[in-house]
Amino acid sequence: MQKITRENLINKAIELLDNGTVSRVLGWKIGEFAYDVTPAVFTTKEDLQKDFIFDDFCNANFSKYLIAETRKAEEKVLVFLKPCDTYSFNQLLTEHRFSREKVYAVGIPCEGMLDIGKIKALAGEGIIDVIPGEGSITVKNLYEEEKTLAYGDVLTERCLSCKSKKHVVYDELMGEEGDVIDSNRFDEVEKIEKMSADERFAFWQSQLSKCIRCNACRDICPACTCEKCVFDNPKSSVNNKAISDSFEEKMFHIIRAFHVAGRCTDCGECSRVCPQGIPLHLLNRKFIKDINSFYGDYQAGQEEGSRAPLINYTFDDLEPGEAVGRGV
Amino acid sequence: MQRIGVFVCWCGSNIAGTVDVKAVAEALRSEPGVVFSTDYQYMCSQAGQEIIKEAIKEHKLTGVVVCSCSPRMHEATFRKTAQAAGLNPYMVEIANIREQCSWIHKDMETGTQKAIILGRAAVAKVNLNAPLIPGQTPVTKRALVIGGGIAGIQTALDIAEAGFPVDIVEKKPTIGGKMAQIDKTFPTLDCAACILTPKMVDVAQNENIRIFSYSEVQEVKGFVGNFNVKIKKKARFVKEDVCTGCGICTEKCPQKKVPNEFNLGMDNRRAVYIPFAQAVPKVATIDADYCTMLKTGKCGLCAKVCTAGAIDYTQKDEIIEEQYGAIVAATGFNPISLDKFDEYAYNQSKDVITSLEFERLTNAAGPTAGKLLRPSDGKHPHTIVFVQCVGSRCAACADKGKEYCSKICCMYTAKHAMLTRDKYPDTDVYVFYIDVRTPGKNFDEFYRRAVEEYGVHYIKGMVGKVSPQGDKLMVQASDLLANKQLHIEADLVVLAAAIEPDKSARSIATMLTASMDTNDFFTEAHPKLRPVESPTAGVFLSGTCQGPKDIPETVSQASAAAAKVIGLLAKDKLTSNPCVAHADELMCNGCSSCANVCPYGAISYIDKEFRMPNRTTAIRRVASVNPAVCQGCGACTVACPSGAMDLNGFESAQIIAEVDAICR
Amino acid sequence: MSINSEYKPKIVAFCCNWCSYAGADLAGSNRLAYPENVKIIRVPCSCRVNPMFILRAFQRGADGVILCGCHPGDCHYTSGNYYTRRRMALLFSMLEYLGIEKERTRVEWVSAAEGAKFAATMNDFTQTVAALGENKRLEDLRCKR
Repeated sequence: MQKITRENLINKAIELLDNGTVSRVLGWKIGEFAYDVTPAVFTTKEDLQKDFIFDDFCNANFSKYLIAETRKAEEKVLVFLKPCDTYSFNQLLTEHRFSREKVYAVGIPCEGMLDIGKIKALAGEGIIDVIPGEGSITVKNLYEEEKTLAYGDVLTERCLSCKSKKHVVYDELMGEEGDVIDSNRFDEVEKIEKMSADERFAFWQSQLSKCIRCNACRDICPACTCEKCVFDNPKSSVNNKAISDSFEEKMFHIIRAFHVAGRCTDCGECSRVCPQGIPLHLLNRKFIKDINSFYGDYQAGQEEGSRAPLINYTFDDLEPGEAVGRGV
Repeated sequence: MQRIGVFVCWCGSNIAGTVDVKAVAEALRSEPGVVFSTDYQYMCSQAGQEIIKEAIKEHKLTGVVVCSCSPRMHEATFRKTAQAAGLNPYMVEIANIREQCSWIHKDMETGTQKAIILGRAAVAKVNLNAPLIPGQTPVTKRALVIGGGIAGIQTALDIAEAGFPVDIVEKKPTIGGKMAQIDKTFPTLDCAACILTPKMVDVAQNENIRIFSYSEVQEVKGFVGNFNVKIKKKARFVKEDVCTGCGICTEKCPQKKVPNEFNLGMDNRRAVYIPFAQAVPKVATIDADYCTMLKTGKCGLCAKVCTAGAIDYTQKDEIIEEQYGAIVAATGFNPISLDKFDEYAYNQSKDVITSLEFERLTNAAGPTAGKLLRPSDGKHPHTIVFVQCVGSRCAACADKGKEYCSKICCMYTAKHAMLTRDKYPDTDVYVFYIDVRTPGKNFDEFYRRAVEEYGVHYIKGMVGKVSPQGDKLMVQASDLLANKQLHIEADLVVLAAAIEPDKSARSIATMLTASMDTNDFFTEAHPKLRPVESPTAGVFLSGTCQGPKDIPETVSQASAAAAKVIGLLAKDKLTSNPCVAHADELMCNGCSSCANVCPYGAISYIDKEFRMPNRTTAIRRVASVNPAVCQGCGACTVACPSGAMDLNGFESAQIIAEVDAICR
Repeated sequence: MSINSEYKPKIVAFCCNWCSYAGADLAGSNRLAYPENVKIIRVPCSCRVNPMFILRAFQRGADGVILCGCHPGDCHYTSGNYYTRRRMALLFSMLEYLGIEKERTRVEWVSAAEGAKFAATMNDFTQTVAALGENKRLEDLRCKR
């Protein structure tokens, strides 16, 4: 399989800009450091050639950006979507969050993205460059040292439990189509389920008490696209941002997870951006696992227009009393 | 800040016996917003209500809390009291300190403490109450009935008799429905045509009724009292107002090979046709699929023979737009397709027929002029096997049949068997059944007569296989009571096919935003207490579109639906409950979650322009609740991720305030 | 009734207007006692209850929250309680996952005719919650008095 390179994407973007298909390009832009990639909107060939980047740190899921971006102009915007991003894309279409006609979606393959946190943990601080190789990466630091790390050790958590390499929606696909993967993404959830109630409480207490309520998880989440979040809305009576004790955080995270339950595509952005390293995806995944076992397999974003489990029912759903104490 | 008055009722000793009402009034006086607090023996009495009215005026109260019996008892009373004193009635909240407190607690201390907390919660809620004004919408005094079978006919007649105009939309060229195809009716054995056709004539002659035959409902917009409906009148290529129904065209048309659907394809009709002699309207229709003139432009014979000049080959579909106050679904049923029931050889032998086909075979106006003759060779059958529950009560075969009981088959089969034995005593009649179900007036007596007087062989057991052999049908079956296998050489096999809702019902339900069950039967607003209303306000259900029914049941349900429609149309204005949902457009994402859970289809979406940062604008899709349709359940408020959806009278902030007050 | 006399758990009961609230009224009319710890909040339908309300109750010091609605199939609004059933199944499972005692939350279907069931349910629920002791895992200490 031919690897898709930065040049391929730039050429594609320039082609689509030149022939008038799109007027803007949502892409990744190089940051201060090699691993410091940020989303950006490009409008010219020059900008693209100068700043556009495509490497192992292009984690950002652009689906959510389309809501704001498509409102800005009538012309189409080009967006590059990794397989997992396409699920979010579909889910947002289902919820009528942007107009499909205003987007030109190019599907690009993904072999997994890297976690700079893991790299730093293994290679230390002061990293100036990360050079990809076959099955490994080479890390260079300020002190002119080099370290080689295996890919598997530095992949992001979400990529380690990738659910699909298949694009569920696109206008054009670059590279080859992958498959839905039978990942073991619920293993970690199961591990927690098997703990005693006290252990579970202690686990989550230790995790959630780290929360600084920076709202990064909410802001990045492609399911959290509310025009105004309940946590910012004085009328909702839960708009409390005080961090005086642990419950506030639990309340925040339970409500947040519940709000995206049945709509979360398990893209893993929440955990990726959490500055405190809280495994927030384990809350969302618990809902996904429960939904699958209670109401049958459902993958949000798999199919545009599908009806989320929480806005649906059958006459013989299980009772809430049956939902708890199931061998936990 | 509200100015709240608290009124604690003694209810004689009912409350005062276990609650220190003075202490409650005293404690609540210091709650935020409370400016007045008192107690009285009977708040609901004239004198009690006067106390409330006076206090509202004297203390300029903006809110009232009555600590008394259940709101289910006197909420309406106290709301009226407040209204009489010039206060918005929805500024009143009740703290239920009788049913929930004094009656269940024996100890004064306990009762008093709990009453204070309940009062506190009510005060907390009233602090957030806002005046609500019930909406009023006008009512278009015309009803639409979709379907012109016996259900639709009865509903339309009843509504028209009450003085309201009614339109019937029927997709076939004539009204009459399934009942027109039936020969006799159980358990009285009177002929279906004799009791149906006079009603059809009544419909035709009633000045309040318009019939749109050969027409379909294409679009429904609006809501209770104010539906706007587009009806497609299909081109029949005959001018309805000119055609006299003489039938000469139907005799002269050279295209003779058109399967006659009225006789279920057992004989042929012409390309121009009138379904049956008593059709209403009695107007010819040209079948565009078969007419040589319409297909090739050559022929035109019918136009030549028509002395009235009614034929018009250039006719086009016509769209009629009309306003209605109420809509009745009477879309009826059909027997299921038996294609998947290969074991009964329905597709292999002409002599395996459905019960409805049997009706046509015994009907004097049918293909055999009422003589019971085998479709294959026109011979008289001497052994007939009736098979019950073909596709009914078929939980194991859900892919081809139905799980439910079709309800009418037991009785019509008893009728068929009895009539056959009556007319042709030399015929052996077998009926294979799972159970014989005869709940209905004179039903069991009827069935007993078939068995005891007419000697019909009822055998408990199912037919396993029917195989055509020569001109015979070999029927393999089990007799469960005798515990043996039977082999019967039959001349004719009649299958009691399950009935299912008409295929058009699904799209009509979608247009009406009326809900359906998994079998595509319309759902009632309440299975016991509101059986002829759909959960969607202004939509009513008549006949088998709601579930399997026989004729008497259909007619009584049709009249019940008509009564509901009349009750609605008799009103000049509809006053709606103001405790309905409303969306905050600034917060709404337009995600459709609320519309998906709304059982009433009360939520629609509009594209609206909003001011955005930096002097830009954006068009966003936002929810809009129709207060005339919303019933105020609140399902949408929880489905809404952004909290844009809230419910008047039970706002999130109010409920949270109650929670806080209770947990304080 | 044998509830620990020192410790009185706080119980919040959300009741739908059409079935359970009427069931509670019936319990009252029939003088069927249940603990005073139970305080009822009337909602039009069980589907009006946002998980946020339940968490809020715990945050403010409730020891147990029970939600009562019409029996499935009998909802006044035809489908409200079906949504409630799914929402609460997921919420309760999540609370359990976070290590909250599963006995602190309950959904019970109580019809307008089931006054006795209402009282029995409240007795049982109060006893169960009382046995667990104070809710320490969910409350917000700032809200304590």
